[in-house]
Amino acid sequence: MNPLELVGAEPGPGFTVTLDGREIAALPGQTVAAALWAAGVTSWRATRGAGRPRGVFCGIGVCFDCLVTVNDRPNQRACLVPVRAGDTIRMQEGTGHGD
Amino acid sequence: MATERPHLAVIGAGPAGLAASLAAAAHGVRVTLIDSAAGAGGQFYRRPPAGLGARRPEALHHQWRTWRRLEDALAARVEAGTIRHLADHHVWCVVPAVPVGFVVHALLGPLQEEPVTVRADAVLLATGGYEKVLPFPGWTLPGVVTAGGAQAMLKGGLVVPGQRVVVAGTGPLLLPVATGLAAAGVEVAALVESADPKAFLRRPVALAAQPGKLAEGVRYGAQLLRHHVKLLPRHTVVAAHGEERLDAVTVAALDTHGRVRPGTERRVPCDTLAVGHGMLAHIDLAESLGCRIDGLNVAVDEEQRTDVPGVWAAGETTGIGGAALSLAEGHIAGRSAAARLTGTRLDPRAWARAARSRRRAREFFAALDTVHVPPAHWTEQVTDDTVVCRCEEVTAGAVRNAVDELGAGDVRTVKLLTRAGMGWCQGRMCEPAVAGLAGCEQTPARRLLARPVPLGVLARAGDPDDD
Repeated sequence: MNPLELVGAEPGPGFTVTLDGREIAALPGQTVAAALWAAGVTSWRATRGAGRPRGVFCGIGVCFDCLVTVNDRPNQRACLVPVRAGDTIRMQEGTGHGD
Repeated sequence: MATERPHLAVIGAGPAGLAASLAAAAHGVRVTLIDSAAGAGGQFYRRPPAGLGARRPEALHHQWRTWRRLEDALAARVEAGTIRHLADHHVWCVVPAVPVGFVVHALLGPLQEEPVTVRADAVLLATGGYEKVLPFPGWTLPGVVTAGGAQAMLKGGLVVPGQRVVVAGTGPLLLPVATGLAAAGVEVAALVESADPKAFLRRPVALAAQPGKLAEGVRYGAQLLRHHVKLLPRHTVVAAHGEERLDAVTVAALDTHGRVRPGTERRVPCDTLAVGHGMLAHIDLAESLGCRIDGLNVAVDEEQRTDVPGVWAAGETTGIGGAALSLAEGHIAGRSAAARLTGTRLDPRAWARAARSRRRAREFFAALDTVHVPPAHWTEQVTDDTVVCRCEEVTAGAVRNAVDELGAGDVRTVKLLTRAGMGWCQGRMCEPAVAGLAGCEQTPARRLLARPVPLGVLARAGDPDDD
C-alpha cells in the first residue's frame, strides 16, 4: 500500500519539472515539496550560515525551512507553492540571492 | 433593495471558522470566509487537491461525515450568496476601520504579492494552531519533520518522506500520525510517547465525560497493534543521527521525574522522525487588534467574544482542544456574532448543546494537558552545539551564554543578544525552546504582522484607493 493507493487516487496526467536540471515527475495538485518528496528528495536548501541541508519541517507554511528557488524566484515555501508543468526548481544556497 | 445585512469576516476555514460562518449566515449575517488554503477544511480536514483524483480521501481521516455536512452546507450558502469564500487569501493584519468596523488585509495566491482588503462590521478569528517542537541534537536534519507536518504532507499531497519512521514526542496527535503513516505503507518502527498513559487513570471524571474520546483511543490502539507498531511510553528521543539526512534516532527511557535513565539509550534505525510536543495557538491577529491574551491563547467570554468590541475568536486560537471543541466554539461564536450584529435578542439557550460539548471538551483537554507535558528535564539533552533557532542557526550554547554570561533574563533579551527568533518564522518554532533554555516562562510574542509582506504592499496599505 502507498498513499495514492490508500485513497484510491486516479491523478490527472502527470508532467515533469526540473530540479537543478534533472527531470522529475510531478502530479497535478501537488505542492513543490510533495513532488520533491515523491521523487525521493528530502533536502533542497543549504542554510545561510553553516551551509547545512534542509527540507520540509512543519509542512504547513509556518517554519520557512523548506525555502527553495522556483522559476528564478528564491525563498518560496515549497510546502505552499503548487507545482506547475515545466517549473524550473533549483536548490537554494543561502539567501538564494547569490546568483 | 432591503437594508444590507451586517457583514462578518471570518478568518480561517477550519472546523471553528466553518461552524461559525454557517451559524452566522443562518441567522441573518452576510459572511466573508477568508482562508489561506485552496480548499476549506483547515489542517484537520486537509484533503488532496482535485488534480490527484482521490476517490477515498476519508481513508486518511476520521469524522468524515461531519466534514461532508460542513462541505455541503458551505456549498449551499456560497450558492445562495450568504457566504463568500475567499480561498488562497493569506491574512497578514486586521485593523479597526474609521469610523466603524474592520479592515482585513490579505495577500492573494501562493506567491503572496498581490494585496486584497475586506471591510466588515465585525471579525471572527478562527486561525487555528501549529505544532510545538522542542530541540534535541540532530533535529535540523532532513528527514526530521513535525508530526503534523508529516500528516499534512500525507493528507494533502499523498506523499511520505521515507520508508521507516519513528513517531515521537507527546500528545494525542501522535496517534493519528502513526496510524495514518502505517496505513499509507510506511513502517512505523516505534511510537515514542514521553507521557505515562497510566496517568489517565488518575483522571476518571474528565475521561468518563468523553466516552467517544475513549473509544477513539481504543481504536487507535487496535490499529497500532494491527500494524505492529511498538509503543514506547515514558520514552523520549534524545538525538537524531545522520550526515546529510536522518539515518537513526537514539531513544531512552524516562524516570518518574522526567529525566533520561542512564544506560537505557538505544539506537533505532529510521529515515524519518515525525516529532511533536503539543500545539500552540496562532494569536498574532488577535494580538495586533489588542485582544487580551490569557497565557498563550486568546481570552474569550461565554459567547466567544474577545475583550475588543466586534472581535470574536473560536477554535484552537482560544486554546488547543481538537476539532469537536472547535466546532462547538465556532457555532457559539457565529450565533453570538449574528445576534449582536442583527440586534436580535441574545438567547444562550439556543446554543445550550454546543455550550455543553464545549465544557466537556475543555475539561477533557485540560486533563490531557496535565498528562502530555514534555519531559521536565528536556533541556538536559540539548547539547551546546544543538541549533535552537532554525532560521538564524543560533545554538543552545549561544542562548545559554546570553543568559549565564550576558545576564539575559527573558526571551526578548536573548533575541536581541543572539538573533534567536529574529528570522523568517519570527520565533514561532524556537520560542518554547529559547524560553525553556533561558529558564523563563514562554510569553506571547508581539508580532505586528501575521506573515511576511512585500514592502510595496505595506507602503500601499494605508492608501484609501487600495480597496
